[in-house]
Order: sequence, then structure tokens, then C-alpha cells
Amino acid sequence: MTEAAVKSKDEVTPQVSGAPKAENALEARLAALPMPKGGWSADARSEALARLRDMGLPGPRDEYWRFTDPRPFNAPEAKPLPIADGASPLFTSRDKLTLVFVDGVFDAAASDDLTLEGVEISTLKGTHDDADHWAKGIFGALEAAGQKPAARPFAALNTVAAQDGLLIRVTGTPSKPIHVLHRRASDVADVVWHHVIRVEEGAEATFLETGTVGARSNGVIEADLAKGGRLHMIAAKRAADPKVGISHVFARVDEGAALKSFVLSVNGNVMRNEAVVDMVGDDAVCHVAAAVLGDQNIGPCHHDDTVFITHGALRGESRQVFKKVLKNGATGVFQGKILVKPGAQKTDGYQISQALLLDERSQFLAKPELEIYADDVACSHGSTTGAIDEDALFYLRSRGVPRERAIVFLVLSFLADALEEVEDEGIRDEINERLDAWLTERPQI
Amino acid sequence: MLKIENLHVKLEEEDKQILKGLSLEVPAGEVHAIMGPNGSGKSTLSYVLSGRDGYEVTDGDATLDGESLLDMEAEERAAAGLFLAFQYPVEIPGVGNMTFLRTAVNSQRKARGEEELSSAEFLKIVRERAKELQISPEMLKRPVNVGFSGGEKKRNEILQMAMLEPRMCIMDETDSGLDVDAMRLVSEGVNALRSPDRSFLVITHYQRLLNHIKPDVVHIMSNGRIIKSGGPELALEVEENGYGDLLAEAD
Repeated sequence: MTEAAVKSKDEVTPQVSGAPKAENALEARLAALPMPKGGWSADARSEALARLRDMGLPGPRDEYWRFTDPRPFNAPEAKPLPIADGASPLFTSRDKLTLVFVDGVFDAAASDDLTLEGVEISTLKGTHDDADHWAKGIFGALEAAGQKPAARPFAALNTVAAQDGLLIRVTGTPSKPIHVLHRRASDVADVVWHHVIRVEEGAEATFLETGTVGARSNGVIEADLAKGGRLHMIAAKRAADPKVGISHVFARVDEGAALKSFVLSVNGNVMRNEAVVDMVGDDAVCHVAAAVLGDQNIGPCHHDDTVFITHGALRGESRQVFKKVLKNGATGVFQGKILVKPGAQKTDGYQISQALLLDERSQFLAKPELEIYADDVACSHGSTTGAIDEDALFYLRSRGVPRERAIVFLVLSFLADALEEVEDEGIRDEINERLDAWLTERPQI
Repeated sequence: MLKIENLHVKLEEEDKQILKGLSLEVPAGEVHAIMGPNGSGKSTLSYVLSGRDGYEVTDGDATLDGESLLDMEAEERAAAGLFLAFQYPVEIPGVGNMTFLRTAVNSQRKARGEEELSSAEFLKIVRERAKELQISPEMLKRPVNVGFSGGEKKRNEILQMAMLEPRMCIMDETDSGLDVDAMRLVSEGVNALRSPDRSFLVITHYQRLLNHIKPDVVHIMSNGRIIKSGGPELALEVEENGYGDLLAEAD
């Protein structure tokens, strides 16, 4: 957001009758959230509050919010959402360290023991009163760095008000993935969760996240990868509960380190997932991918992926692979940017965003961007929107595969490139099987 | 087995008549070949018989064992025993060849009220038949037709045919894009499937394929109709003299 945009905040406030002025709207938003006071994170939180007051809440005319209405996130209170029956758990075949969060707060009794070789795990809430913490230089710092050049006010709001989250320091190669399982208890929970993950030099971990967070959720992950560190993040968000959610991943990737992130999202209500990655070291690798199934038949469906990858060093490799299957008037949004700074030579940047529209009422809005200030780079982007391939459909049906099943095959086929970004074959197969089951249960998605 | 009577077909979205009163009968156990110049409607015939969208039958009928095919969906025709080997088999990334094949086999069995094959049963049969067609286990694991050479794609079509055990097989220019060895392999695969209660309709441009797959009857098709039928010698005649004389005769 530019300074001019901030100044014109009053003018761009949604013109809903009785809507408060922008500043009042922000204060009302803040007043409705419980604010942690004191503790090791106090400075980071008060700096975030100053940042937030400076930028204000976004209005529908903000360039960065052109395709997604920010009002569901601006509203002071979350709208109640009934809690659906528990979805069957994912990644069951896998030995993992499961940490349960209920309405965004860590539930030690329901979780595995936090001890795991190669990693130190604590919680934001549990350590709140400690005088100091290793996460102190990271919590709110990566978020602050990611506020330029585009403002992300909900991420600043998150730092201000984060209730709980994990503080994970990976020092070796833990034998199993760390799995966060979100559960709901209250139908109005407005959850603000914030994880900090520090991957030390040469360390490697897999981080899984499943379940539904709350009636509304605001999540931030700050991931700091030291030299040669590797982090695999896989989130699977099921749509048993339609919901309003925004999340941000802020990552700093140092020399030779690799971040791989994959998000599976089925339906949702209004979802915006942002990834802001700063590749600061030479030979850094960053892959971000998502597979989205959106059907507006069971409630409003608007799914926004906004990605900003900055290449700031030599020979960086980045890939963005976003695939959305949309039906019954669902809307998919993709805003993806690759910024190559001066001197970031031999950058290899790739971005693809594709939508499969299963009817004529659904839409896909894509804004791919490249901004390049180095002269020896290979960067490409592509964006397509299409329907089911009739040739392929006929081929499958001519072999006796019923139409509905053939469409499931073609949807899985469409999503395959995104799933390929999940390195672990076992996890990838399980996601694929689950997708297959979801699609088969509900051929309409 | 397959009986086509006075079939008239136009494109659904255009006022263009493609088949103009085509009649043809393939009795059980026989191999019939259709030859004809480009644009005579050979591929359209194969698509209309197997139920592809986009065509409108304006007159006539096509029956398989007395039952009209035209009222059935593509998948129902397959379950009834019809199979089309494609001229250009479609690539389907992300869907394993085995998964696809097993779904196809079991969907057809289910549609016919037969018991579905278990994984183990299916695996045993598919391995056997793949071996005969020199299809490696690695090829079976790959996504459907992805990264397959022209010859591999056609062999994969024959493998599907062998697994689905159709009673009426239509082969649309299966020889196109095949080298001599691949053609021999594909032909051997087809010949192995010949039986008294299975029939073939082989669409081809070249007589060469018919040296490998010996037809009982050869039909010459032009402008949406069969203009002449005869024995295998008819194919040799075309190879030697082209279609000119036959077309003139028909006019």
C-alpha cells in the first residue's frame, strides 16, 4: 500500500450505512480482541501495533484487495459458524508428533509430549511470561520485513494479538513430522495463531497442519531458514466447516536452504493465503504450491492466494504452482509476484497459476507479475483458465469409466502438478487418496 | 454382431452432413476393414459408434447384438462390449495407467452386474497381458500415455483391449505412426484376441496393416457411404491403383 493509499483511507472505507470511519474501524477491531500484555514479545507487539495504526485496515479499493473483499476480515466480530462433525484425520499412516490446538490454544493434555530429538518446541502462550526467548528476534520481525513494498495489515494485527502458537527450533533432523491439529470448540471463536519456526544450519523438518481453526482465523507463520536448512510445510484444510480465514507465511531463506510449502484447500468460505518469501542467501530454493477445490453450492466460496517472492542473491530457484478447481460460481484469485533484485543473477523463477472451471458461473482472477532488475535470469510465468478436456473425458468414458468418475480422474490429473510439489511420496499419496475420496463422495466437489 | 443401417450423421453445431446412408454388417468372429480417402467419414463413424458428443444421428440405426447403440452413453456402449482403439490416444497426467485400467475393467463389470476383480486378481492378469505386448511394469506405473512413444501408446490401446475383452473392436488407424516392428507387435496382439465371438472393424489407410491382420471383408468408404465391399483383394487393388477407379465407378 502506498502512502497515498493510506492517506485516502477515509475515502475508501466501505460505504455501508453506519460503517465507522477507518480509524474507528481499526480501533473497534482491536478492542474486540483479547490483547496479551507484557512478556518477551511485548516490544514486538507494540511495534506491530504502531505499524498497524500507520497502515490501517484495507478498503475494497486497495490495489492489493482488488479481487477479495476485506470486510469479512475487517469486521470486529467473527460471525458464528456451526461446528461440523469431525472430519476423518489425515496423515494417519504416518508416525508424527501431534500437537492439538483448540480454538487456537494449545491443548497439552490432548497432545503428544513435546520432546523430540532434533527439535525444541514451546508455545507462545506457555512462554509468555518468560523474560527472554530464542524466538524474540524473529517473532514479528519477519512479518515487519514483509510489510514492504505491499502492506499486509492483518499480519501486523496478528503479531499484536496472537493468542498462541508454536515456537519451533529445529536443530537436527527430527525422526518424524511435527503435526498441528486444529480443533474447534466454540462456534464464534475468532482465532489469532502465530508460529515461529527457526531451522538451524543444515537442519531439516517437516511441518504438517490440518483441521479447522475457528469461525474466523488469522494465522501467521514466520519461518527462518539458516544456511542449508530445509523445511517442508504441508497444510490440508478441509471444508467440513466453511469459514473465514486469512493466513500469512513470512519466510527468510538463507544460503543453500530450501523451503517447500504445499496447501490443500477444499472449499472454505472466504480464504486468503499469503506467502511472502525473501531469498536472502545464494543458492536458496523456495517452492510454494496449492491445490484448491471450491464449490459454491454449499456456501460462498472465494479463495485467494497471494504470493510475493523476492530473489535477493545468486542462483536462487523459486517455483509457484497454483491449481484451482472451481464450481457453482466459486471464485479463485491468484496474485503472484517474482521480484528479482539487482545483482540476483542466475535466478531461476517459475510461476504457474491455472484454474479448471467446471461451469460457466465460476471465475478465476489472476494477476501474475514479474519485476526484474538483474540481466542474467530465467523467469517465466503462465496462467490459464479452462474447462474439462472433452477429448480426455470421451477417452475415459469410451473405456467404460462412468462420466462422474471420469471427471474425478480429470480433476486429479489437473491438480497433479501441484501435488508433485509434495516431496514425501507417502504424504502425497495420502493427499491424493483423500482428494479422490472427497471427489467421489461428492462428485459435484 | 454389429449392424449399421442407413446411418445418417451430421455435426451437432454445424449443418454439415458427414455420414449419408452408411450400411454395414460385421458378423461374429469376422474382421472387416474400412478403407477410403481422407474426409470420407471413417473416423466420424468410429466416434459415432462409440458415443462421442458433438454428432447428431439424423436417420438410420447402429445395433450391437440387436440393441441400438445410439441411445446409450459412451460408457454404456463400452460395458455392452464395444471398444474403440484411438488413432490418437489421449495423455492423462497424474492418473496411473494401472488405476485407470482397473477402474475401467471394474466399472464395466459392475455395469454388467458381474463381480469386480480384486487388486490381486487384476494385477495377475494385467502383468500377463502386458508381458505379451512387451509393456514393461514401469510403463504400467506411469500416468496414462504420458511420455509414451507413438508405438507405446498403440500397444497400450491393445493392452486395454485385452483387459476389457470387448466383443466388438473398432480400430481407428491403429497403424498410423507405427514403425514396422511396432506394427507387427500390435498386429500380433490383435490376432491373439481374434475369436469366434469377437469381431473387428479395422479402419486404415494402408493395405500393409491388412497383411498382418487378415480381413474377411474389405469395405471402401467415400463421401459418407460404403461404395464397394469385397474380399482382401480389394485392399490390394486400392494399394495398386488408388481410389480413382472405384470412386468413378460409384459415381
